[in-house]
Amino acid sequence: LKHLRLPHVEYVKLLDRYGKESTIGTLYLTATHLIYVEQDNHTRKETWVLHHHISSVEKLSLTVSGCPLLIHCKTFQRLHLLLPRERDTQDVYQSLIRLCQPVSEDELYAFLYNPNQTEAERRDGWDLIDMATDFSRMGLPNEFWDISSINSSYELCSTYPSLLGIPKTATVATVTGSAKFRSRGRLPALSYYHKDTKAAVCRCSQPLSGLSSRCVEDEQMLKCINDANPHCPFIYVVDTRPKLNAMANRAAGKGYENEENYPNIRFHFQGIDNIHVMRSSLQKLLESPTMSDYLVGLESSGWLRHIKSVMDAGVFLAKAVCDEGASVLVHCSDGWDRTAQVCSLACVLLDPYYRTIKGLMVLIEREWISFGHKFNHRCGHLEGNPKEVSPVFTQFVECVWHLCEQFPCAFQFNESYLLIIHDHVYACQYGNFIGNCQREQQEMRLRERTFSLWPYLLQNQAEFQNPLYKRATHNTVLRPSTLPLHFKFWCGMYNRYDKGMQPRQSVVNTLLALTLRHTQEQKTMTELQRLAVVDGILPGPIGTVSLPPDQNGCPRTTPTTSFGQSNGDCTSVSTCAGGKEDSGLEMSSQKEAEGSSATEHELQTKTDKPVSMVTQKEKVTESL
Amino acid sequence: MEFAELIKTPRVDGVVLHRPFLPTVEGTLCLTGHHLILSSRQDNTEELWLLHANIDAIEKRFIGSLGTIIVKCKDLRIIQLDIPGMEECLNIANSIEALSTLDSVSLMYPFFYRPMFEVIEDGWNLFLPEEAFKELESMTDEWRLSEVNKDFSICPSYPALVTVPKDIDDDSLCKAATFRHGGRFPVLSYYHKKNGMVIMRASQPLTGTSGRRCKEDEKLINATLRAGKRGYIIDTRTIAVAQQAKARGGGFEQEANYPQWRRIHKAIERTNILQESLIKIVEACNDHSNSMDRWLSKLEASNWQSQVKEILTTACLAAQCIDREGASVLVHGTEGTDSTLQVTSLAQIILEPACRTVRGFQALVEREWLQAGHPFQQRCAQSAYSNEKLRSEAPVFLLFLDCVWQILRQFPCSFQFNEHFLVMLFEHTYASQFGTFLGTTAAERVKLKLSQKTVSLWSWVNRPQELERFLNPLYEPNSLVIWPSVAPQSLLLWEGVFLRWNRSTKCLDEAYEEMVHIIEYNKELQLKVWVRSSAAGQRRFMGPCISHMHILSL
Repeated sequence: LKHLRLPHVEYVKLLDRYGKESTIGTLYLTATHLIYVEQDNHTRKETWVLHHHISSVEKLSLTVSGCPLLIHCKTFQRLHLLLPRERDTQDVYQSLIRLCQPVSEDELYAFLYNPNQTEAERRDGWDLIDMATDFSRMGLPNEFWDISSINSSYELCSTYPSLLGIPKTATVATVTGSAKFRSRGRLPALSYYHKDTKAAVCRCSQPLSGLSSRCVEDEQMLKCINDANPHCPFIYVVDTRPKLNAMANRAAGKGYENEENYPNIRFHFQGIDNIHVMRSSLQKLLESPTMSDYLVGLESSGWLRHIKSVMDAGVFLAKAVCDEGASVLVHCSDGWDRTAQVCSLACVLLDPYYRTIKGLMVLIEREWISFGHKFNHRCGHLEGNPKEVSPVFTQFVECVWHLCEQFPCAFQFNESYLLIIHDHVYACQYGNFIGNCQREQQEMRLRERTFSLWPYLLQNQAEFQNPLYKRATHNTVLRPSTLPLHFKFWCGMYNRYDKGMQPRQSVVNTLLALTLRHTQEQKTMTELQRLAVVDGILPGPIGTVSLPPDQNGCPRTTPTTSFGQSNGDCTSVSTCAGGKEDSGLEMSSQKEAEGSSATEHELQTKTDKPVSMVTQKEKVTESL
Repeated sequence: MEFAELIKTPRVDGVVLHRPFLPTVEGTLCLTGHHLILSSRQDNTEELWLLHANIDAIEKRFIGSLGTIIVKCKDLRIIQLDIPGMEECLNIANSIEALSTLDSVSLMYPFFYRPMFEVIEDGWNLFLPEEAFKELESMTDEWRLSEVNKDFSICPSYPALVTVPKDIDDDSLCKAATFRHGGRFPVLSYYHKKNGMVIMRASQPLTGTSGRRCKEDEKLINATLRAGKRGYIIDTRTIAVAQQAKARGGGFEQEANYPQWRRIHKAIERTNILQESLIKIVEACNDHSNSMDRWLSKLEASNWQSQVKEILTTACLAAQCIDREGASVLVHGTEGTDSTLQVTSLAQIILEPACRTVRGFQALVEREWLQAGHPFQQRCAQSAYSNEKLRSEAPVFLLFLDCVWQILRQFPCSFQFNEHFLVMLFEHTYASQFGTFLGTTAAERVKLKLSQKTVSLWSWVNRPQELERFLNPLYEPNSLVIWPSVAPQSLLLWEGVFLRWNRSTKCLDEAYEEMVHIIEYNKELQLKVWVRSSAAGQRRFMGPCISHMHILSL
């Protein structure tokens, strides 16, 4: 709290996107949030912004109407405030600058946050997603692959997980030798095993091949990976970087595999640009002018081109595994950015499990968290080198969204699930995305000191369901088109807080409300039937409402039950707190929509303000 | 003329049809006077029936004796026919070219089409101006239905009956007509029940360089203002374009002569520019290059999305004047038959819930486009592929439909019809078995005796078995004004039209079916709960009574 220079400022104006139509309210600063409260006679609207969500604070030049403060968030929210007094502005500015980028990890929200769980609940929460379970779901270990604890003390590779999938034929000498020949010891290890074809997706970092170095153990390691797939005589080695970048690395003693030294590899470049290019591309995208030259701005930002390059690489992997039955080894430079994107995207394409609510958690936990995507650096959780920040994870989330758009029935989750995960990656409210690798997480004792996000998401999964989900018809690989015309700007992410730009009625929410009602009505039906039997109107128990069999000939009960079936290991849908936003009500002009209550949601968030959000309600009496 | 003269080779066997995302079909190609038919003569394979009128352009290619005809359709589909035999191929190509470019209206298919269904509700009588006026009369007595144009002599592009302010007599209308381009004097387009404000439409005033004025015209539009109120004139052209029009005898309302009106200029492009825009966007969508930059720059260069934005913005402006400012509006551009109608009809969709129903939308198309004299036959003579020299082709109505789709996408529960309905209208404006979109004006339609000699599109669409697939399962009547966002991020490419033939729709169709399924299941369930609970309710209600009686008897 020592960084809080003043707790609140009154008569603060909040300007809209175009610098027009202001509202007047009070700005509060707490240890964790910035809160803006608008209050008139009938409504009270609260905007909560987590300090960790703030990416930049700018003081603009003085105007006649006040001192402007422009706050940009990592969630693409933008607050344009006008404070009445310069001194207050300076204080708020300095407090926020300090609060939004803590110096030490201990200051992160997760170390303060307590969702009222017992120690046992906390432990169970962390145990919810477990890598060994996922390996056994893939059918591992088996005759070709071992799950090795060779890295259990993080000595072989400090940024890798403790459990590694390694070809059975690879000896300790091969593994350790290979690790020494790879940048930062990130040796080839299993990412995903495709049961049907016995092909594997493996990942690593670039080899330290320089201009002519070679390493027998590394060559042996790749041969072992090749041998682990009996059906295919070769493996693909995919360098996700543009060829030029990879060649430049050779001069620095790094580089890429020479096909002459590695028997039976087929080498490919994929041309995904590096974190610096991605960072500036996103900056341009967000600056992209709002009006007539919108498409020009979109093009010159290059953002969709980059998204397409990630998608193309993911599709390449999925095709190699699925169509050719070939194993693939993927790397970029360090193997924790582009490699994570491409491997996880390939998993989503290949395996329907990763298109479920729980499956996506498992995937993020494995490919991103445990394989050492540097969340601390990439998200800028702490004060540090701004050049390390890059929207790598955002791009992965966007790729999944594009897939959801092309395959509306193939995913168990909806857009809001992707958005909430994205929010939490930056929020540091739960411990999952803190630290740069598993070792750091253990050193910070996150399991004892913070809580895991995943149980929270599972408890609230009712609102993340995709009502159109049909697992039965999407039980194989997805084959998206990657023609440029199938990519579009993701307004739901980048203009999420410009409510006026979003569709005013949401199909997903409407259907979600219906499917939730189905479950309730079925309960009512069962209850009525029970009463009817008790009263003697009905002869005896009859089945619940049933529908004619669907196209696959499977008898279907209700669309909702398919959620339950689809993901057997999910905890059951718990109390559904109603659709997030009652979109049915939110129609017509802004003015008319105002005052429409969001009460259910309100009650839920009253006790627990998870992340940045806007709430609005009828006048309430208590103060903050 | 006999069609047979144009068909040298009526039948070729062994023709292979290629279509994107669909299996190839091998079969017999037949040419009739109005159709190109390809049939494999096997069960379970669909036949291709293509109206010659739907063909926009063809290309021929030869490899040895195998000829290939690429057929480019007005609905933007491109198909390929491989025809064995050079002579056959040339004959077929020549016939298609001749048959698809017949100039005479009376040779068009609607005059030959006999419906395979019984016409229960004749679409030609569904939307008569008299009926619309009755509805208006029930709300206000400030307007009258004038027969001044009954022989189409005052304004050839207006219908026989027009709605005008009650206090303006027919003589004044005749004089006002001489002051407006093409005689299109200001008439009522829309009456806003909520506050009595109106949208009127006209063509540009003929002020010329000398600043001519017309007292009757001024009186006519002032008669629509309530005492002390001001109105807005929305000129769909930029001020520069409007200025230039003066040199050709046109112009705009001078402030001095219309002191009660505030003029606003917008920038909706002229028809020839819109056509270029269509050609470019279709070209971009058919370019399957792998370069993102190329796609985005082509999309941008087509300017299509900016046209959509400008039209929607202008419509929102008109609607805002009416609903927010409480002011009446007069809309015009140059001729008053294109951009004017886009604006007035879209404003009604924003303002008036009835226009978002199937019937209401049909009435809107009938009233604001057909009767208002949008020259469909000229505008839709060619589409995006034609190599012919352009005359007056322009995708004015398609742009209107695109704008409606944008609003529909933003308010997916507020329309009774769905996207398929809009796409279907687009198809029928360019090629149809129905007579609805033939002719250029009401006068011409009367002369062609369309209502006697052809079938109305509405007669077909409104049959329950057809209508079903055009209904929006999410529809919940919404009595409010719906304000669409016109931010560029909110306006998407209308994939249903422009990418329709460039993508597989399997997954999207599946999603649509699933949505319908969920909604129907919900209805079924609700009904069951209702039936069961009312039964249970009776029983429960009787329960206490019985016990009460029991007590009494004790």
